[in-house]
Amino acid sequence: MSQVTLKINDREVVAATGMSVLQAARQADIFIPTLCHHDRLEAYGGCRLCIVEVESRGRINHVVSCTYPVEQGLTVRTRTETVDRIRRVLVEELMAHAPDSPELKTLAEEYGADRNRFGKEPIFCVMCGLCVRYCAEIKGEHAVGFIENGPRREISFVPERAAKVCWDCQECFTVCPTSYAQAAYLLARGLAFPDAPGGAGPAK
Amino acid sequence: MCEQAVAAIIENHRGQPEALIHVLTAIQHELRWLPREVLARVAEALGVPLSQALQIASFYKVFSLTPKGRHEVHVCTGMTCHLCGGDRLLAKVEEATGLKPGETDAAGRFTLERGSCLGSCSIGPELIVDGRHHGRMTPEQVEVVLAQYP
Repeated sequence: MSQVTLKINDREVVAATGMSVLQAARQADIFIPTLCHHDRLEAYGGCRLCIVEVESRGRINHVVSCTYPVEQGLTVRTRTETVDRIRRVLVEELMAHAPDSPELKTLAEEYGADRNRFGKEPIFCVMCGLCVRYCAEIKGEHAVGFIENGPRREISFVPERAAKVCWDCQECFTVCPTSYAQAAYLLARGLAFPDAPGGAGPAK
Repeated sequence: MCEQAVAAIIENHRGQPEALIHVLTAIQHELRWLPREVLARVAEALGVPLSQALQIASFYKVFSLTPKGRHEVHVCTGMTCHLCGGDRLLAKVEEATGLKPGETDAAGRFTLERGSCLGSCSIGPELIVDGRHHGRMTPEQVEVVLAQYP
């Protein structure tokens, strides 16, 4: 595989063609914040927090680094005034949904985000899709999926699948940045399968 | 009859995951809604996960996951119809059918929907029943029009 050289924050970084800017940066120990990225999953480009400034042939663009492929001679800046401002607003918007997510709190501190800027609508899910993609790509079970659209969009366990596979897996809980997957699962279990094996059952 | 048609639609596209939206649209036209067991059969026959079928079926507004009435009533609430008295028309239709937009009556006769500009501004305010446009509607005419659809 051929190699390209690019510049990230004034450092020369060598990367293989086909890698994303995010992977190249991580490989060189340059930190870019992410919410929806997972090393074992396909790039998703959902949370937009990994936005960076790229300069190629004199043109400056703001792109999402997890889906932007590296190219020869690319100049990347991971912290500029504009990038920081975009990330701050993204964190502020996400905090309207999940105000107490530890990952968001750390990011809010870093970028000076005001957690009360937007009216709270705590649905506790930031739509990162990690649980959905983990279940589909790694487990191949498709037991959890997105339903509805726009402001009503949410993750939903599919009872027909979940009843067969979720009891012994529950691996998506560890990838969820807000613990919402776990909450949705427990709620579904409590409502639909009160007598499930290893499950809620009657109150102990 | 419906059951055979649905089975035929599914069989025609067995093993074709890319035909998912096409199949769901055809079944929606046939049954006027998508029962969950039909979604499960479609998912299995086409080779797509049920979660994906549910995602598509709940994402697009043309698909309904609840039964619809025999007749679909649309009242236009777009800008032109609004200025021509669309709100009064909608209120009258709500009163006549006893439904709010999005609801279906218990007898399965009407489903009421509203639309923001249904494309016939020159004859507004308009009421569409089963795709038939009734233009220049007044609240007084509502009962007469709806009576044509038993």
